[in-house]
Amino acid sequence: MRKYLFGPLLLMTILIIAPAKDLLNPKTKKNAVEETANAGLKLPVGFSASAILDSVGKARHIVVTNSGALYIKLSKLVNGKGILRIKDTDGDGKIDDIKRFGNYIGTGITIKDGYLYASSNDEIFRYKLDENEEVINPDSPEKIITGLINGRQHNTKSLILDDKGYIYVNIGSPLNSCQEVDRGAGSKGKDPCPVLDSAGGIWQFRADKLNQSYKDGVRYATGLRNVMGLDWNYQVNELFVIQHGRDQLDMFPEYFNAKQNADIPAEEMFMIKKGANCGWPYCYFDVQQNKKVLAPEYGGDGKKTTRCEGVEQPIVAFPAHAAPNALLFYTGNMFPEKYKNGAFVAFHGSWNRSPEKQEGYYVAFVPFKDGKPSGPWEIFADGFAGVETVMSPKQAVHRPCGLALGPDGALYVSDDVKGTIYKIIYKK
Amino acid sequence: MKRVIFFLPMGMMVLIAFNMSKNIDKTIMDRGKKVYTQYCMACHQFDGSGVPGLNPPLEKTAHVLGSKTKLIRIILKGMDTHEEIDGETYSNVMAPHNQLTDQQIADVLTYIRNSFGNQAVTVTPGDVKYVRARTK
Repeated sequence: MRKYLFGPLLLMTILIIAPAKDLLNPKTKKNAVEETANAGLKLPVGFSASAILDSVGKARHIVVTNSGALYIKLSKLVNGKGILRIKDTDGDGKIDDIKRFGNYIGTGITIKDGYLYASSNDEIFRYKLDENEEVINPDSPEKIITGLINGRQHNTKSLILDDKGYIYVNIGSPLNSCQEVDRGAGSKGKDPCPVLDSAGGIWQFRADKLNQSYKDGVRYATGLRNVMGLDWNYQVNELFVIQHGRDQLDMFPEYFNAKQNADIPAEEMFMIKKGANCGWPYCYFDVQQNKKVLAPEYGGDGKKTTRCEGVEQPIVAFPAHAAPNALLFYTGNMFPEKYKNGAFVAFHGSWNRSPEKQEGYYVAFVPFKDGKPSGPWEIFADGFAGVETVMSPKQAVHRPCGLALGPDGALYVSDDVKGTIYKIIYKK
Repeated sequence: MKRVIFFLPMGMMVLIAFNMSKNIDKTIMDRGKKVYTQYCMACHQFDGSGVPGLNPPLEKTAHVLGSKTKLIRIILKGMDTHEEIDGETYSNVMAPHNQLTDQQIADVLTYIRNSFGNQAVTVTPGDVKYVRARTK
């Protein structure tokens, strides 16, 4: 019997001692901003994290250049600027070169074919890049899209490009559920919902044409309340998005209590083809019944499925209100095989779950095979919040918001509370 | 002596705090909390801390501690402006809550103005009735 125990005991001892040894090793303390192991994150075995920079401001979406520099879009100006370009020029793990440009706030930022694309809350700009993907003229971008609805709620314009010269832009609905009185208890839904002609979907524009607006674009997909996380999947050449699902089902207390509101309306991941209708505001996805259900604003009682039969079904349903703010397909070569072509999702964390504990505040992973989820999703990186349980969002010290892939295969995560930029690596 | 000088103001503050909360009837605070839990907590959170960027906090903000009339009007008419509150903007809409009775609004505002670290004079049903009559 003792013989059988020895192996597991030895393994456990190593597992307990190994991280402690790392802490004592001065080499892991070389970065000044990294005060705790893995910058406070909990990760699967073999992964480690460091905070490469702190306090950059409200860091939203991020993108990494071919030479390892990062562009960060800010949702609040710092020193009058809304885009940061940060770089570790001497390779010592510390950021030593910071440039600022762009006099507008926003969330979306990406790089494609020699241009940096960035969004304010109603316009999209692009900047020509040199061979190192450095912006050539930071003060004179081309304005490619203008005049998009900026309704305060859900006004961020997330963006991604394909290989055919098109850019895809989220235009979120300025409303929760298209009621006569937005977020009003018992208020009925407008039928048809009038905002769907200019919001609540993904629009497709040309990436190289100046001053486009609605008349120049195509409503590529509709019935999406608000999409912050989107990515192009080059394995199947399709657009994938994650919707921020509806809030406040308990505005209809005859059908839903606070606990049901906290648990039922999923955050849905879709594969989107041109013309897709994902159901908002008429339908939401009930995680417990595992199907689309008619919204109470439109006569639903939590069971009826009228109007919802033909709408797009999610390929993954995540916990209600968890707030998926970024989606990234992992095409790097650093992480183990399991992660190749799978999806990372940054969950900003919920607010509409009181009095239950909040959900999210982590980066999740969904394994994919041939462009389809091939297993259940799991939490990949946790601990951003810095507290065991988040009861109200302000308790969270950090909240994940953006994801980016480095040329070496490292995964970067941004936080828009303290403005920390994390780098996650894997070593065998 | 140093110690006395240090503790005297603190002691006075405790006394003041004690007196102010003592002045408010517990039954009003309990009723206010009930209204808060049902209608306000989802957005403003159990601790009044709000949601950064979305729903404003109720902790020691000028709105909560200031004019009763302005505060009553926010409950009756809702709020859909993008004004800064202590340097931050908040994007969610607050729906009008004019379905609440004068008593419920008075109770919940008294509760909010004396919870989450706040201390401000109570709101009476008469205050609400007066403002409601003059608010369209």
